[in-house]
Amino acid sequence: MKELSSAIQLIPLENYIFLSVALFSIGMMGVLFRRNTIAILMCLELMFNSVNLLLTAFSAYHSDPSGQVFVFFIMIVAAAEVAVGLSIVVMMKRNVDSIDINLLNRLKW
Amino acid sequence: MIFLFYLLSTIMIVCALLVVFSKNPINNVIYLILCFIAMAGHYILLNAQFLAVVHIIVYTGAIMVLFLFVIMLLNLNKAIIIRKSTVTRVSAVITGGIFFLVLLAATRQTFEIHAKYPFNSEIGLVSGIGKTLFGEFLLPFEISSILFISAMVGAMMFGKKDA
Amino acid sequence: MVALIPYITLAWLVPAFPLVGFLITSLAKNKLKHNQAGIIASTMVALSFITSVFLFFILNSSGQDSATLTLFNWVSAGDLKIPFALLIDHLSLVMMLIITGIGALIHIYSIGYMRDDERVNSFFAQMNLFTFSMLLLVMGANYLILFIGWEGVGFCSYLLIGFWFKNPAFNYAARKAFVMNRIGDLGFILGIILLFFTFKSVSFNEVFSQAATLQSGAPILTLITLLLLVGAVGKSAQIPLFTWLPDAMAGPTPVSALIHAATMVTAGIYMIARSSILYNLAPITSNVMIILGLTTAIITAIVGLRQNDIKKVLAYSTVSQLGYMFLALGLGAYSAAIFHVTTHAFFKALLFLGAGSIIHAMGGEQDIRKMGGLRSKMPITFLTFLIATLAISGIPPFSGFFSKDLILTKAFEISPWLYALALGGALITCFYMFRLFYLVFFGNQRLSSAHPHESPRVMTVPLMVLSVLSLFGGFLNIPALFGGDSGFENFLHKAVTSKESGEISSATEVGLIIVSLSLLGIIIVLAYRTYVKKSTVPAADGAPSSLIARIVANKFYLDEIFAALIEKPFGRLSDFLFKSVEVKVLDSAVDGVGTLTSRLGSLVRRLQQGNISFYLFAMVAGILLFIIFILFV
Repeated sequence: MKELSSAIQLIPLENYIFLSVALFSIGMMGVLFRRNTIAILMCLELMFNSVNLLLTAFSAYHSDPSGQVFVFFIMIVAAAEVAVGLSIVVMMKRNVDSIDINLLNRLKW
Repeated sequence: MIFLFYLLSTIMIVCALLVVFSKNPINNVIYLILCFIAMAGHYILLNAQFLAVVHIIVYTGAIMVLFLFVIMLLNLNKAIIIRKSTVTRVSAVITGGIFFLVLLAATRQTFEIHAKYPFNSEIGLVSGIGKTLFGEFLLPFEISSILFISAMVGAMMFGKKDA
Repeated sequence: MVALIPYITLAWLVPAFPLVGFLITSLAKNKLKHNQAGIIASTMVALSFITSVFLFFILNSSGQDSATLTLFNWVSAGDLKIPFALLIDHLSLVMMLIITGIGALIHIYSIGYMRDDERVNSFFAQMNLFTFSMLLLVMGANYLILFIGWEGVGFCSYLLIGFWFKNPAFNYAARKAFVMNRIGDLGFILGIILLFFTFKSVSFNEVFSQAATLQSGAPILTLITLLLLVGAVGKSAQIPLFTWLPDAMAGPTPVSALIHAATMVTAGIYMIARSSILYNLAPITSNVMIILGLTTAIITAIVGLRQNDIKKVLAYSTVSQLGYMFLALGLGAYSAAIFHVTTHAFFKALLFLGAGSIIHAMGGEQDIRKMGGLRSKMPITFLTFLIATLAISGIPPFSGFFSKDLILTKAFEISPWLYALALGGALITCFYMFRLFYLVFFGNQRLSSAHPHESPRVMTVPLMVLSVLSLFGGFLNIPALFGGDSGFENFLHKAVTSKESGEISSATEVGLIIVSLSLLGIIIVLAYRTYVKKSTVPAADGAPSSLIARIVANKFYLDEIFAALIEKPFGRLSDFLFKSVEVKVLDSAVDGVGTLTSRLGSLVRRLQQGNISFYLFAMVAGILLFIIFILFV
């Protein structure tokens, strides 16, 4: 554990920023790319987690536990979001027999 | 140790790209789980052991299983043929790329990054997180339970047949 | 000595009573029974008359000249601060007494006159509103309050002249009165704006105290007074804007009495008398007023000679008498003008109410050629009408003599020619009034179908009260010649600044009175010989007549001249503007805006078709632009 705990000092913070920016962009690209509603939800999870990673990195580099507590809260929100989102998907499948996001254009009414 | 960082990062990005581009929902879920496990590794590298454990339990253990469960329930486990038009897909990729570049430029522009704070390996442990969570953030923590209840009720409402 | 302040706060009651009456009679007009509206309205006006009398005694015994009662701050914007304030001084009190006193008598008379009208409740509501507006006009402490009353009076006259709106000709008359007044109002409001621009205030006190420092004949003052004069010419029916007043006879007769005697036409005289300080400093405007007044007095008197409608004759006599008032104003004898307003209010109200009684008796017939021999049938109306006719002709000791003689004397002080012309107008007035009188009351009845009868008590009592006033009203202001002290003039001198004039010897004055009286006597005998002895009846409308007679009968073709000079070119301009500007430019521009909006709408509508992928793209693009904007701009 001693080795691990000192590893952080070898890795510059920029690396974590680049990594999470890349992950966030990939997740966003997925949201735009996919039509499958479940896949879109998964891409959203990816974006959530990139933010979590960045928060944790800042928290560790600033020696401030608040960042990690916020990650905890984000997980709570994500869990709630997934529960509601997936139930919407279930209902959608039941009503229009598809999970194609473009069939949700009834939202315009 | 820096080698570990690059290994985990590569796994994460490759898995993330596969999540976006592979067509089978089951595969998507599997790749996402891989991605999240690599992320737990990153948490350990950052001395956030508590988060690493919670992450594995909540995401890989609960949320992703929920995804799998829904996919199985709705019988979606075959490759779905619905696709967006080529224009949309190309523009999605281009938009994502632009977004990436803009965010990078933003980080370059806004501040200079340096870690000059005294290093403390204790903050990521359960006791460190717990002290902050039940001290400073007690009220939001309790309120989040209300959020959970309302999400639960909402999900049940949606799930009812005659809703 | 009585302290003024605690009592003067009662002044708001004076306009408040008629307003309350208006609210009651108009809001409950479907609930009130037949006579109730009239009784309520009359009570309200009588109450404000009592309040006015009370204020009169308070002001007299206090020894103060004026008092201002500020009710609330009405406009406060930058430099412009206008309180809603009432001014009580000798001038406004005289006007208040006339308006409420004569107005109350007319209201009571109307109870009888309008008994059978189905819209009697609306009638009384409008009469009360009329009285309220006029009270506001004379009590306002600044030009803007005066203007509210001014416009209110114009609006109510429109309603009342067109009261029997089912007759299109009456509607036309109402519209004509409104438009003619509007032309005057334009001048008036421009004058007020210029006043504010010059003095940075519209309050009487401030304007007059600042104006007193200006030099006499300053061009800005001449311009202001001329513009205000335009308003007064419209409201007080002087040449060239007088034609609405004879047409205003379309309204019920009590309305005519109210317009001619107590309210409306005296507004212009009041406004100029109120602004006497400004007019004293503008000699050009004063000369314009002399010319206007004299021309109006003579021309309308000549027109009156050939009129055969009883109310039209009275209407032209009103215009003519207003001409005398303008003459007095132009001569700088403001208190003489107000005195003539007062006596004129007495006898003209009497004449109109008497005419109403006659018309009532004749079953709606207004043509004097068809009347005659009413002396024995309607003794009270006969007597009161005789008093009024003697008063308007200027026979002593009736009230008209004192006021008219005062004006004539003032004219003589300026120039004997003015005197001669004014006397000529008075002689013509005398002639046509006696012509009217003889034709109506003497000879034989010429309309067999009518059964004349004396009017009910509710109508004759106001007549009797007014005839007493017409008989003795002149004693308010007995000139020094007859051993009097000119009480009315001295009373008004505290509020109105009259010009100093040269004295003429009492021998000359006596000579002038003897000349005018002997001429009047000759005229009366002449009229008697023509219309009673020879029983001449004016020719029917279609009968051939000389050129001059036709010109006079058609009011010098003034209406036609207006039509040719103003109405036709204006109509053509409007037509041109309608066809080329309105239809082609304005309409298409407005339509274009509509079309553009709906096109844009159908274009933008495609963004809102519910496609979530598109929404997501739009959202990301928005976020991108936002970040770029924050970072790089």
